[in-house]
Amino acid sequence: MIQFTVNGEDARSEQPPDTPLLWVIRDELGYTGTKYGCGAAQCGACTVHVDGQPVRACVTPVSAARGRKVTTIEGLSATGDHPLQRAWIAEQVPQCGYCQSGQIMQAAALLAKNKRPTRAQIVQHMNGNLCRCGTYNRIVRAIERAAQEG
Amino acid sequence: MVERDEARLLDFNVSRRAFLGASAGLTFAITLGLGGAGGARKAHAAGGAHALNAYVSIEPNGTIRIQAPAPEMGQGVMTGLPLIVAEELDADWSRVVVEQSPIAPAYHHPIFKAQYVVASISTLGYFMPLRVAGAQARRVLIDAVAEKWGVPAAELATEPSTVVHAASGRKISYGEVAAFAKPPAHPPKIDPAKDLKPGDRFRLIGRPVERVDVVAKSTGRAAYGIDARVPGMAYATLVRAPVRGSGPMSANADAVRKLPGVVDVVMLGHGVAVVADTFAAALKARRQLKVEWKKGLPGDAIDTDRDLEKYLADGRDMKHTGVVFHSAGDAAGAIKGAARVMVGEYLSDHVYHAQMEPMNSTASVRPDGVDIWVGTQAPTRTTLDVAAALGIGADKVHVHQHFLGGGFGRRATVEASVDAALIAKAVGRPVKLVLSREDDLAAGTFRPMTTQRIEAGLDASGRIVGWRQRVVGELVGDFVYQPGYVEKSKNRDVIFMSGAMLPYYEKVANVQSEHVREPERTRVAAWRGIGSGYTKFAIESMIDEIAHAQKADPLAYRLSLTDHPRARRVLEKVAEMSGWGKQRASGTALGLAFAEYGLFAPKIGSLVAAVAEISVDRRSGRIRVHNYWAAADAGLVVNPAGFQAQMESAIVWGLSSALKEQVTMTNGVVQQSNFHEYNILRMSEVPAIHVEILRGPPPPTMVGELGVPSAAPAIANAFFALTGKRLRHVPFTPARVQAALKA
Repeated sequence: MIQFTVNGEDARSEQPPDTPLLWVIRDELGYTGTKYGCGAAQCGACTVHVDGQPVRACVTPVSAARGRKVTTIEGLSATGDHPLQRAWIAEQVPQCGYCQSGQIMQAAALLAKNKRPTRAQIVQHMNGNLCRCGTYNRIVRAIERAAQEG
Repeated sequence: MVERDEARLLDFNVSRRAFLGASAGLTFAITLGLGGAGGARKAHAAGGAHALNAYVSIEPNGTIRIQAPAPEMGQGVMTGLPLIVAEELDADWSRVVVEQSPIAPAYHHPIFKAQYVVASISTLGYFMPLRVAGAQARRVLIDAVAEKWGVPAAELATEPSTVVHAASGRKISYGEVAAFAKPPAHPPKIDPAKDLKPGDRFRLIGRPVERVDVVAKSTGRAAYGIDARVPGMAYATLVRAPVRGSGPMSANADAVRKLPGVVDVVMLGHGVAVVADTFAAALKARRQLKVEWKKGLPGDAIDTDRDLEKYLADGRDMKHTGVVFHSAGDAAGAIKGAARVMVGEYLSDHVYHAQMEPMNSTASVRPDGVDIWVGTQAPTRTTLDVAAALGIGADKVHVHQHFLGGGFGRRATVEASVDAALIAKAVGRPVKLVLSREDDLAAGTFRPMTTQRIEAGLDASGRIVGWRQRVVGELVGDFVYQPGYVEKSKNRDVIFMSGAMLPYYEKVANVQSEHVREPERTRVAAWRGIGSGYTKFAIESMIDEIAHAQKADPLAYRLSLTDHPRARRVLEKVAEMSGWGKQRASGTALGLAFAEYGLFAPKIGSLVAAVAEISVDRRSGRIRVHNYWAAADAGLVVNPAGFQAQMESAIVWGLSSALKEQVTMTNGVVQQSNFHEYNILRMSEVPAIHVEILRGPPPPTMVGELGVPSAAPAIANAFFALTGKRLRHVPFTPARVQAALKA
């Protein structure tokens, strides 16, 4: 059994230690906001935070979360109004929306360490997150807006 | 509106099957005070007895629930379609709650006779029925107030969510009306010619409206098919045969069944499923699965590099006759008599949808009925095909429609749900089937590769007198629908040949396009933009070549081909937006392209003109697109914010396919396995995108794919302006760019 916290609540997994954290979060614990896109750290749809650092949950074994704090899109803010989420709505970013949990979690890690990123820093930080609907320019605008409006 | 014979091209087999008396068509009524959508759904589920449509229900607290009939895959119909109902209802949009409608005949798209989202015609098709539904609901409210107040209905008017009697100054909210009004036994008849709002009185249509699904999609709450959870369910993953038509001969099923967590290994006609207690266990066991596949299929011999050479040869060989898709005048005769003939050849590779949500479906198969939880573009077809596979009546199959993590044509076919149902039946418990990304790509359905050959005959003054376009590739319609489908559709494969005409270059009098058919060996599909993604690449590149050969400006040359006001308007607008003709910064150049889009073009079609500004790194062969301007005309605009978003999206889609996307096959096997090998456009590669929407009269026409067709030719034409070299093969990979520069 592996113990950790998810969004501030105690969580435990009975799965083998090499089980990707993604499936523990989604299927065992029921936080389905985190998405499966590639299983190979190639798309970023499964991005969550472990102790505040963005990780690709699809290639992170659950054993790596032992004793750590995992944050998913559901726990980014208690009421869904993190500055990035407000900015995502203001810029009307999502289309199909499937990648957006990962995009927001990736962006949140950037703003946590760099409150006023340049456009180039945003693009560099976000370039590993794919969006098949092509909402990239709106994502950049939303991150800039969140940085400004805090 | 759409003519019946043209509509039949899209009228896939659903309409020809008996299905819950679907022929009744669309009738409209409302439920009032019946407990909201629950009551509406119940009333609807009860069937035709009361003929309640239940698009609208109004609660006494003023909440208005509107059913969204079409699946939402990012294209915005969950917002745009209810908005049309709300307009005629005169609803206060802030009080509207949108719900995904049940899957049932009352919500069928009038052209498809099914709930089915393809071809960008959800808004076009639903526009009038939804206006009528809204107007009818409004009429019921007015009639109820007229009776209550003892005034003629003609004296009553509405403001948003309020009925007004101007003569007495009385007002009453829709919620208050719903508290006493009773649904009429016979819904009032609405005459679309008299009883609908004139366009200048629209309060909602034509103004930017926020999407209703954005909050859920920004907080992780939106439920996609892959998020379905059913008590007691097992998890399955599936490896499909690498080659079309093949299936498993044998597999190491006994060994895999012994792996941890594995419930069963299920042999299906075209693949092998691993079922386990968790998806992680299923994926892990799938890696140990070894399958011997049936050999001897036509697809075994596919080698895309070699096959493209054959396609080119077939396109050149006029004895290899094509099936005529579009013809006006006498193209062959005009070319024969021309002063000069120019020939251009263009190629495109297979491309993969790469929808971010891998294909999946969840099924529960019980003696009393079947439930399917899925995000699909084709929920009606899902009920029919699952029922057929299980040998039960379609009325026993209940589809629970979820959001789609991208559709783009991939989710227009329903094999994932059929597979999930068969697996669930085999293991005797509910099953969530999810394909791994690798298996999703290996058994993907692709926009087929093509070669094209265009011959243009010019007169002595350089005007085009004859035009012949031969498009070489596999049939698509028969695989997407059923064998014989294209033959029955006047032998026109509209998915494959879309765009292979010049309806807005009407001064080119003699035009013919032909489909030179290659053996059907590949799993193919409709893919955002369908044939127009490559046919317009060829056409607009060729027009550019002819313009340059005349030393004519590409914009002026295009304008010389058309007097059509809509075409001239988008061309002139994009020229103005992009500063066409002005000096550019050194190292960059502009390219122009024009396209109409839509299966019913030119009678009903959308128009786009686009300009790309590019530079080229000659050492690496990388093209960078700096700016992309587009002027778009899709007739009446329902939600300009949604139109804008869809244009941006389709432009990125078009640029991605023009620059990067490529599926290759050797011995019939796809050579790419995941996103490190199937590359799509990333944030760092997206240009600044500038869109202007040019408004027009009704109907509202195709939006969701309109941005795609102009992207590749705009880049290729900019490349020519910059380098004097022509790019003829999409995608324009660095290697192809370097080869073109050396040519």
